[in-house]
Amino acid sequence: MHEFSLAQSLVEQVTELVAREGAKRVIRVEVSIGAMSGVMKEPFEFCFPEAAKKTCLEGCELVVIEVPLTVLCADCGAQSTADTFDIHCAVCKCRNVKITAGKDFLLNSVEVD
Amino acid sequence: MCKDCGCQDALKTKLDHHHHHQHDHSHQHSHADAKTLTVEQSVLHKNDVIAHQNWHWLDDQGVMAVNIMSSPGAGKTALLETTLTKLKAKLNISVLVGDQQTDNDARRLQTAGVQVKQINTYSSCHLDANMIQKELGDFISGNEDLLLIENVGNLVCPAAFDLGEKHKVAILCVTEGEDKPSKYPVLFHDADIILITKVDLIPHLDWDREVAYKAIRQVNSNAKVIELSAKSGAGVDDWCDALLGLGSKTKQDVA
Repeated sequence: MHEFSLAQSLVEQVTELVAREGAKRVIRVEVSIGAMSGVMKEPFEFCFPEAAKKTCLEGCELVVIEVPLTVLCADCGAQSTADTFDIHCAVCKCRNVKITAGKDFLLNSVEVD
Repeated sequence: MCKDCGCQDALKTKLDHHHHHQHDHSHQHSHADAKTLTVEQSVLHKNDVIAHQNWHWLDDQGVMAVNIMSSPGAGKTALLETTLTKLKAKLNISVLVGDQQTDNDARRLQTAGVQVKQINTYSSCHLDANMIQKELGDFISGNEDLLLIENVGNLVCPAAFDLGEKHKVAILCVTEGEDKPSKYPVLFHDADIILITKVDLIPHLDWDREVAYKAIRQVNSNAKVIELSAKSGAGVDDWCDALLGLGSKTKQDVA
C-alpha cells in the first residue's frame, strides 16, 4: 500500500506551501483522485490523519473528490466515462479512445488561516 | 514524444500542469481570516520532476531504460536471466533490481555476467524516481545501451511512480489467472509490452487464452502481447526482438 507515502508527500507539499504563505494552520485540504490514478480513496483517507500528526495539518478537514475515468473517442468524437477495467467509448463502443480525465492525483486547494 | 523536449508525453503533461499553476498561490478567496489557496499540483510532483530529470539524463547518454513490473513470482528474474544471456553479446546492459529485502535476485542475475545492483526498498512497496536517480552517473555509467529495471513484485504501487523509463513492460503469469489486467488496470494500461509468462505450464492449468487476451485488450488496446516461457525458451526470441525494436523506434522518434 503506497497510500501512506502519498499522504506523507501531500503533508510535505502543504507544509511547504503554508510556510511560503506565512499561514499558521491548515483548516481544509482538497484533493482529487482519478479512477485511473492508482490511488485508492479509503486507504488514503485512513492514512492521512496519521501522516498529518504533529504538523500544521493535524486535525484539518480532508476533502477527496473522485474523478471518473473520462475518454474522448477518436472515431466518433464523443466524450464519455469508462470503467477502468474496460476502457471504450460508451457511444460507439470502439477502443480508439484517449483518456482526458481520471489519471491524476492532485492537490486542488488548501484553506489556511 | 513531447514537442519541447522529446520526453514522455504523460510525464510532460503532468509537469506542464504544474508549471502552469505553480504561481497560482495568489488565487485566494478570503473569509474573515481564513483564505483558500488554489494549488492544482500533482501530489506526486516531486517524483515526476525527478523522473523527468532521469528521463533526460538517460536519453542524453543514449541509454534505453525499461521498467518491468509484475506480481511477485510471475517470473521477472527468470525472464531477465534468459534475456541477458541472449542479448549481452549485442548490447551493453545494466540491471537494477528492486525488492524490499535480500539481494537474492541480484546474485542470481550476476551470474549472467552483466552489471547488476540490488535496491532494497525496505518498507516501501515500489521503486521511485529518486532511487533510480541515485544510481545515475554512478552505478549507471551512461555507457549502457539498455537499463533493465526489475520493479518490486507488486501490481498496484509501481504503477503510480514514474522512474524516468522510456518503456514499461507488464507481466501476466498464466498461474495468476486470466483476469489480472481487469483487476489491476492501471499497471497494464500503461505498458508498451505485455508478456504472458510461464506458458509451458498451460497444459496443467485451466488457462483460457481468449479470456486473457480480452482482459488485456479491455485495458490496453495497443500493447504488443508476447507469450513466453523462460524455462523452455518459447517466445524468448520474440521478446528480445520486441525489446530491441523499442530501442530502434526510440532512436527514430528522437531523430
